[in-house]
Amino acid sequence: MPKYVIGTVEQIPPGNRKLVEIRGRQIAIFNLNGDFFGILDRCPHQGASLCRGQIVGLVESEEPGEYKFSRQNEIIRCPWHGWEFDIRTGRSRCEPNKIRATQYPVTVNDKDQLTDGEYITETFDVDVEGQFLVITV
Amino acid sequence: MNVDILTHEKSISKTRARMAIADCDIHPSPKSVEIEIFPFLSKRWQEYMKTYGVIYRQGFPTGPAFPKGQPNAARRDSYPTSGGKPGSDLAFMQSQHLGPNNIQLGVLNPLQCAQGVQNQDFSAAYCNAVNQWQIEQWTSKDHRLKASLMVPYEDPLASVKEIEKWAGNEHFIQVLLLSRTAEPLGQRKYWPIYDAACRAGLPVAVHAFGYGGAPVTGGGWPSFYIEEMVGHAQNTQSLLTSMVIEGVFEKFPTLKLILIEAGFAWLPALSWRLDKLWDRMRDEIPHVSRPPSQLIREHVWLTTQPMEEPEETNQLLDTIEWIGWENLLFATDYPHWDYDDPSRAMPIKIGKQQKEGFFLNNALKLYGLDQ
Ligand code: FES
Repeated sequence: MPKYVIGTVEQIPPGNRKLVEIRGRQIAIFNLNGDFFGILDRCPHQGASLCRGQIVGLVESEEPGEYKFSRQNEIIRCPWHGWEFDIRTGRSRCEPNKIRATQYPVTVNDKDQLTDGEYITETFDVDVEGQFLVITV
Repeated sequence: MNVDILTHEKSISKTRARMAIADCDIHPSPKSVEIEIFPFLSKRWQEYMKTYGVIYRQGFPTGPAFPKGQPNAARRDSYPTSGGKPGSDLAFMQSQHLGPNNIQLGVLNPLQCAQGVQNQDFSAAYCNAVNQWQIEQWTSKDHRLKASLMVPYEDPLASVKEIEKWAGNEHFIQVLLLSRTAEPLGQRKYWPIYDAACRAGLPVAVHAFGYGGAPVTGGGWPSFYIEEMVGHAQNTQSLLTSMVIEGVFEKFPTLKLILIEAGFAWLPALSWRLDKLWDRMRDEIPHVSRPPSQLIREHVWLTTQPMEEPEETNQLLDTIEWIGWENLLFATDYPHWDYDDPSRAMPIKIGKQQKEGFFLNNALKLYGLDQ
């Protein structure tokens, strides 16, 4: 599968996100503390742009009156009806095995890795320094 | 939003041919009440509002009874690029919603809360101001949009005056009430409103929400917003039952009632239950001369949003069959968070005629815009 260079690591600081278009597909790129994830920017429910949602944590409860808050800033909540998706896996919180946001792997590559012909650089000018984000679509 | 950087390399949605849509529930907001509504309020009421605010008939006087699932109850992508509240910028609404979704008719339902206000004279003045504002800011600028005639419904005589003032005005296509009223809506106190609406040839629409003073449920004040969301169906069933049983549709045979944003899948069960009991207790309500389900089919329309979403999508079709395909009016609720997208809301393939009725023609016919 083709690998596209989408930008440098510095362009998406931790906690931030960016929308890119690859082969006609809108893809939201998230940086969770240095780990990068790509998710198709189309909510599986009714198609809202997930990138415009709120990034939240995970609230769980074993029983009424008890709450556990974890995974801070690792869940994207759809801007329309609020379905939550795990940014790391794309799985929905409501039905993790059935409903998922489509994921595309994102890797961090050094510049010298980008020269072997496998990488498509047309969407991004790699003449700059730094580490590069590469998505497989 | 806790992360505000959003770099859009490209986010222009592709335009493709879409069927024309009637959206029977759009919520416009003023950029600010002072700037856009005050010009239509007398100095007396401007001063009053600045000094005393707006006092609603509700238990929690400083704000809506529940915060909403998203700020301003709005889609997080609906904030105009020019700033201001969702639904407050016509150009943005045109480019985000009316254009891309090919909205041919958009019915404005301002939830400006001029209704359910305890000071009756102020409520009347405020409703009138919002009516003028709808024409000035919206319907005269975009002819796809039509206005709802706001009336201070707890003062039926003032409401009649407001209806008479605007009767025949092409900008208004319905009289708007909210569902949570001081008394059940079938009671005689409200009949002058129905009479005036019939005389003006306008349907009466009832949008979920409002400030009636009573809890949204029949069993007290619930603890969670989600309970309020499902409570609208319960509350709307009560007002519909009241209108049927008090004999409103017998008294006003030309009355058309539109129930907005309260769901619809509950209607078959309610109709069956009413019919069954009507058989047994006709002598209690001899003025109801026909089975309630018949009266409902002839007089009642429901907007679709928020659509029920059964796991077996076929069950949705069964439910619509029971209600009647002609009795449903598509709505998005733009810009609110529980918006239904026209291209995704109907999860199953339906026939062309049903589809055109559901998304467009039922509304055009009901509002008399099909000629
Ligand atoms: S479109 Fe995302 S939750 Fe409905």
